Amino acid sequence: MMRLLFLLGALVAMLFAASLAIGPAEATFAKSLSSLLTDDGTPFTLVMREIRLPRALLAVMIGASLGLAGAAMQGYLRNPLAEPGLIGVSSSAALGAVLSLQTGFAAAFALALPLSALAAALVGVLLVLLLAGPRGASMTLILAGIAISAMAGALISLVLNLSPNPYAANEIVFWMMGSLADRSMLHVILALPVMALGWVLLGTLGRGLDALTLGEDAASSMGINLSRLRLALVVGVSCVVGAGTAVAGAIGFVGLVVPHILRPFVGGRPSRLLWASALGGAALVLAADIAVRLIMPDRDLKLGVVMALIGAPLFLHLIFKTRKELS
Amino acid sequence: MSTLLSLDGLTALRGECPVVDNVSVSIGAGECVGLIGPNGAGKTTLMRAALGLLPAKGASSLTALSPSERARAVAWLPQARDIAWPMTVETVVALGRIPHLPRGTKLRTEDQAAVDAALAEMDLTDFADRLANQLSGGEQARVLIARALAQQTPLLMVDEPIAGLDPAHQIGTMESFAALAAEGKSVIVSLHDLGLAARHCTRILMLSQGRLIADGSPAEVLTPERLNTVFGIRVFYENTAQGPIFQPTEVTR
Amino acid sequence: MRLSKLISAAALVLVTGAAAYGETPQKVVSMNVCTDQLAMLLAGEGQLHSLSALAVDPRISGMVEEARAFHINSARAEEIYLMKPDLVLAGTYTARASVEMLERLGLRVVRFAPANSLADVPLRLREMGAVLGREARAAELVAAFEAGLARLKANAPEQRPRALSYAANGYTSGAHTLPDEMIVAAGFINVASEFGIDYGGRMPLELLAMSAPDLVISSTPYAGASRAEEVPQHPVVRAVTGGGPPVSMVSRDWSCGTPLVLRAIDELAAKRKALFR
Repeated sequence: MMRLLFLLGALVAMLFAASLAIGPAEATFAKSLSSLLTDDGTPFTLVMREIRLPRALLAVMIGASLGLAGAAMQGYLRNPLAEPGLIGVSSSAALGAVLSLQTGFAAAFALALPLSALAAALVGVLLVLLLAGPRGASMTLILAGIAISAMAGALISLVLNLSPNPYAANEIVFWMMGSLADRSMLHVILALPVMALGWVLLGTLGRGLDALTLGEDAASSMGINLSRLRLALVVGVSCVVGAGTAVAGAIGFVGLVVPHILRPFVGGRPSRLLWASALGGAALVLAADIAVRLIMPDRDLKLGVVMALIGAPLFLHLIFKTRKELS
Repeated sequence: MSTLLSLDGLTALRGECPVVDNVSVSIGAGECVGLIGPNGAGKTTLMRAALGLLPAKGASSLTALSPSERARAVAWLPQARDIAWPMTVETVVALGRIPHLPRGTKLRTEDQAAVDAALAEMDLTDFADRLANQLSGGEQARVLIARALAQQTPLLMVDEPIAGLDPAHQIGTMESFAALAAEGKSVIVSLHDLGLAARHCTRILMLSQGRLIADGSPAEVLTPERLNTVFGIRVFYENTAQGPIFQPTEVTR
Repeated sequence: MRLSKLISAAALVLVTGAAAYGETPQKVVSMNVCTDQLAMLLAGEGQLHSLSALAVDPRISGMVEEARAFHINSARAEEIYLMKPDLVLAGTYTARASVEMLERLGLRVVRFAPANSLADVPLRLREMGAVLGREARAAELVAAFEAGLARLKANAPEQRPRALSYAANGYTSGAHTLPDEMIVAAGFINVASEFGIDYGGRMPLELLAMSAPDLVISSTPYAGASRAEEVPQHPVVRAVTGGGPPVSMVSRDWSCGTPLVLRAIDELAAKRKALFR
């Protein structure tokens, strides 16, 4: 376990460094690093500190959040198909963000934007739990997710088209597929408080999720407070997904792919999978963000494109595996 | 002699209908209690109500405890044999130590010792590194019993643990429970095999339609009249050199 | 560049020729904000009937007050046809379907290309004058424009500061565009053409930071919010301009090739003198 965490940590560190080194402004890696750490008076320091650093930081924060949220939801629902993007939590959060931006509420006070996204994500999570029932059977879970995603997506489209701003109508792609381009340290600071709260809440779930492996009755009899667990899960997932979506749009499949890949390496234990997925998610989003900058440096290729290319085939594979249960 | 479980007028309702009807019983240490009754008699509901897993009227000494105290006082093995994730047998059994771990999930020496003992008791030491959800149903059942054993509680409540096990392991499991009782712990096990109950249990509780209609040693409880009224069967019951032989022979209604 | 000038000249000849054969139009409808303004500048009394909706949008149109005197159309074929105009003015990029529909219905439609340089302004004025039968008025305006331009050229500084237009989505105007020539006429060097950007293109934030312009020219954001408009609001943009926000130039005088561009160039030149003594 320690070895796995160390390896994943090293991977994240390497990808973080690579992310700092990639961009339209040409420079050697050494120069990038030195401009970042010391203000050498050239515009390159500005590039490093205000453009590349926030981008890399957001990739780590959002990737860790999505991996963590996916592992937590799967552990609670005992279903490997549960993840915030697939079951509509990310789209709900995006709807909250879009509404608060278009109505001007986002400008009302400092954290208005991520809190709006959080509130909308809460509604999404609660709806899913309501629709899917306590033992989250795959069929009802996926159907609930389709319904909520469709509804949220349609409402986002409606709000953007009603906007007085002529650019807004074209931005549904950003909201539904996600992008880290042109973000600043302001976005990092905006997302961090709510996200950190979510990390703390989700971090407390390890023991409970381990016990839930044996079912709700057994877990309850082992002293796990299931309603407190559920509350921490709901609020925690809403926090991390809300804050991340508010600044970068809805990024899907991370919470599906990462726990699935890492589960065998942690011996199936949900508590260990939480930490591993956080690191794995950070690595995945960093890698995807590097890929979009290498594949199409001039255009803003959305992160969701890379995620879908990785995630959709895996999703299909998972469905085939659980086909028996689905019928 | 300490009382490990005390129920007083426990009643669990489903709508208007009492599934468990005014049950009062007291269980001390060193008892191997067989909970028997026909299908739908309320055996599972009684145990779950006693544990506080569903709302009930009346008193249960277990629900008076805090959840963490309760987890160290009683281990509950439900009928549904869920193992949600691909874990090794040893990992599953180690889950039983969760109530004893202060924070986090790392096992200490005493925890590892408890796990090893449980594995040995259920004849699973060779299976320790195999994936639990790739085992047969009967083997999985033994893994889950081992988990309950690893919890090392004074009281063990087990819901139909031997269904689907082969005869050797059926007898072996009941012998483990009897051995626990001999050590001073108590086990409440619900089961349909009246013969095994007669041979291994020190005390029998017979439920019918939610009511506790008999409470005593196997010989006292398993009378032909009761077996006819409650179960609708005729039995061959005799004490032999190999111990009590109990075999249902025919249906009476 | 040269090719477009050839085309413009050819169009002028054709249009003048066509006008010579037709009578002066009495009921003119315009579907495009640039032809709206040109028509308003040149049309005779009662000649112009209707303008497009953008003519009264203070962000895009430089002649909002004057435009209120006319009917407003939504640039849709059905509405315009029912007005029964004898001449319809459209831009070459106005919705093809609507324009072609009007032509199929038998109306006379004249298309005007957008202006890509300061030299296109007198050209468009003359084209519009020919079409409306108001050549004399056109000649007056051309003379005034060229005088204004000459005055500006005379005031050009020896040391030119560096400026960059940066709009939503990081869009900038490079060489061979009207904004480029306007920036140069106001006494700046256009940083975008320094970077080899021809026509309009996207400039990544990083390159903006590295180019260290003295002035960034943007436009006032629309109501509502959009991610596209967050790009020119990025902290980096403020940082390169030494802490102040980019200059907000309302789009109205920058979008069409009318003599009103002089107003915009004058504003920009005044800004230059105020900031860079």
